[in-house]
Amino acid sequence: MKSRLKGAEKGHSLLKKKADALTLRFRQILKKIIETKTLMGDVMKNASLSLAETKFAMGDFSHNVLQNVTKAQTKVRSRKDNVAGVNLPIFEHFTDGADTYELTGLSRGGQQLDKVKKNFAKAVELLVELASLQTSFVTLDEVIKITNRRVNAIEYVIIPRIANTISHIISELDEMEREEFYRLKKIQGKKKEARDKAEALSKESGNDRDVGNLIDDDKDEDLLFDS
Amino acid sequence: MAHSARGKLVAVIGDEDTCTGFLLGGIGEMNKARKPNFMVVEKDTSVHDIEECFNSFLGRNDIAIILINQNYAELIRHAIDNHTQPIPAILEIPSKDCPYDPTKDSILRRAKGMFSADDFR
Repeated sequence: MKSRLKGAEKGHSLLKKKADALTLRFRQILKKIIETKTLMGDVMKNASLSLAETKFAMGDFSHNVLQNVTKAQTKVRSRKDNVAGVNLPIFEHFTDGADTYELTGLSRGGQQLDKVKKNFAKAVELLVELASLQTSFVTLDEVIKITNRRVNAIEYVIIPRIANTISHIISELDEMEREEFYRLKKIQGKKKEARDKAEALSKESGNDRDVGNLIDDDKDEDLLFDS
Repeated sequence: MAHSARGKLVAVIGDEDTCTGFLLGGIGEMNKARKPNFMVVEKDTSVHDIEECFNSFLGRNDIAIILINQNYAELIRHAIDNHTQPIPAILEIPSKDCPYDPTKDSILRRAKGMFSADDFR
């Protein structure tokens, strides 16, 4: 039982450490999220502005773009990052394939369009980063909750229960010991009483019967030289 | 797993300009069923349509990130709040006529419950 208590305490401290590590990471991520979100605001503003400029320069081409979608050029790959035994998905974007708008007459649509593309590519990059942060955030949030629940369960339920059991066992053992001791005393008392009684009885009965004294052998007869 | 090997997609729900921009950024894709991974929200698109599209994006397993304009996110806030899995990640982005408001973001609102407000500045 003691070893179970020890085990529970060990588990508690380990989980606590895990929760601390996760919280540390969590705060880092949160900070980064906030930074990135504000940065994203700026980047998106830039991107939208350049889009508007392009529209001004070359008329409304959005239908052209929207209709000519075929294959994604930028995709995200997910990778796992391990923090204290928790798998956090990390997205990273990668580009494959050629420029989709090669054949729509837009791929070399001038400087403005190039700028828009670059700006939005940057925005996508940033957003992918933000998405991975956010995913980690959600996952960590969940895991931290679970870990804290476990820590609290061990701290407030399991350890007290085991401690209770142990104290119960100890008190039971103590009581048993006391009982045993009492019984021993009682038996000793009984024995003594019996002995006393026997002594008294023997004294009573053997009072008239002379036990005889070894030292003053006044009427001791010679056994050998009797004749 | 074939999808993860090839990489996942980024989906967009937003107004015409946002979609155009991101498509120029190279994220657009038509799948085999000729379903695009973006949705252009017009003036007369109903909230129901947005929500349906959002849910269909959630159901597709080749989408890892959903970008949504914040003003449209506001319309289907309950659907976004219901989505608790880490993947696909939902990102609210500012649209060209609505500046970004961090206090409305689902994630930041969740975060705010745990930390004091001055952490955000």
